[in-house]
Amino acid sequence: MTDLAWIDAALVSARPQAVAALLRYFRDLDLAEEAYQDACLRALKNWPKNGPPRDPAAWLIMVGRNAAIDVTRRRAKQTELPDEDQISDLSDVETEAAQRLDEADYRDDVLRLLFICCHPDLPATQQVALALRIVSGLTVPQIARAFLVGEGAMEQRITRAKAKVAGAGVPFEAPNAVDRAERLASVAAMVYLVFNEGYSAADPVSARASLCDEAIRLARLLLRMYPSEPEIMGLLALMLLQHSRIAARFDANGNGILLEDQDRKQWKRPLIQEGLALIDKAMRARKPGPYQIQAAIAGLHARAETADETDWAEINGLYQALERHTPSPVITLNRAVAVAKLDGPQAALDLIAPLEDRLSSYFYFHGARGAFLMQLNKNAEAREAFNKAISLASTPAEAAHIRQHLDNLAR
Amino acid sequence: MLYAVLCYNDEAAVFSWTKEEDAAVMGRLNVVHEKWEAKGKLKPSLRLLPTSAATTLRKKDNEVLDGPYAETKEQLLGFYIIEVDDLEEGLAFARELTAANPGGAYELRPIMLYNPGSPVEAR
Repeated sequence: MTDLAWIDAALVSARPQAVAALLRYFRDLDLAEEAYQDACLRALKNWPKNGPPRDPAAWLIMVGRNAAIDVTRRRAKQTELPDEDQISDLSDVETEAAQRLDEADYRDDVLRLLFICCHPDLPATQQVALALRIVSGLTVPQIARAFLVGEGAMEQRITRAKAKVAGAGVPFEAPNAVDRAERLASVAAMVYLVFNEGYSAADPVSARASLCDEAIRLARLLLRMYPSEPEIMGLLALMLLQHSRIAARFDANGNGILLEDQDRKQWKRPLIQEGLALIDKAMRARKPGPYQIQAAIAGLHARAETADETDWAEINGLYQALERHTPSPVITLNRAVAVAKLDGPQAALDLIAPLEDRLSSYFYFHGARGAFLMQLNKNAEAREAFNKAISLASTPAEAAHIRQHLDNLAR
Repeated sequence: MLYAVLCYNDEAAVFSWTKEEDAAVMGRLNVVHEKWEAKGKLKPSLRLLPTSAATTLRKKDNEVLDGPYAETKEQLLGFYIIEVDDLEEGLAFARELTAANPGGAYELRPIMLYNPGSPVEAR
């Protein structure tokens, strides 16, 4: 790897810790980001010459802090900057800094940085954009590309989100156990939002799809900080297992391929292995939660070498557990797919009939209903359901998928 | 002589590499692997999954901890490769070892890639 490549990788991975610690120090997001940028510039000059520091995050925090304090002083006194070496020479300070910033500080800092992006007044897309900007350090053009909007619009969106967060007051006191658990839950939801933004991309090599990698990176970071949280293991496992299918999810025209029709040889084994290992680990805690259960469902799909080998009885049971945990008609609708495999399409239709009121404007409800009716050879009713689904489709790919069913019915 | 060559790096950085960067590094490493495998000198090699997937069994209180073995007082003295159904079975193996061993800890880390290499002569 070239100097630049490893420095870049080190800066990217140290960023959340460094920005989070600088935020605690300066209590100002813009100042923290500026200080971090400044430290990065110094790292680019200093590291190739002196080699990488033992703890890049601690180095960036100390240098960022010194540099920012210096700028403030200089502004105040209009005096000369001390020379570069004085700011970046941390041979003595580094050990001390690394000791002072022990794990617990890091954890609360990074959690705080993630948590301020989850402000309840911010719409989901703004939470995601803000996290990508300040935690992951993606540039505004990169985020704009991922969201398929103009750079100017994204810049504005992020500026507004930052202003709202700053106005709301950042909780700087160390969180107690209850606060910490709540923050962790909000942050987990936000990380899953980042993932879903990426997952909705129809092109697996697009900027948008790379948000899946970013979400996985954030979840790994969370799990390194909170290694015993089964729901964080579940979240990471769920995302790894869903992401393992990325190469098999779309055909050459960008149309989605159903799970049962995917070429399972294209599923990525290392991601599946990591996901399954995490589920195994999480289960030992015997504290099931929605992410763990969803991950377990994804895990059963991943374990089946062919679609026919899928353990639908177990999946049905897991969806029932999920219904008990977080009752939702959408979960029941998902369970209907398992019920159709186990007890036939009529049983599935009976299960979803009571959901019609609540899901009448939900694309997938009519799509699934049409598919069950088609299996029963009730073609006229199936056509009606598919037409309803098409009218509710929100992406061309969704519409194209239903149109394929209608074409099959017409044959 | 048989040697175990242990690989160390900053996990957060390595798992932040893009697919292309990862493939490039693995590609360069594979050139080395193939050369030494052709000489019959490369035995099993493996790449581990991240420490977040690890579980540790400590002798003290027979305690199971989530995450890697993080103490710095002890040194790595050896390792086993096992093929088991799940973590529970892996822990059963580690518990038997723990019972037979007066101290220390066993970390179970899932393996990402396993390359058997050339066989080792019986000795």
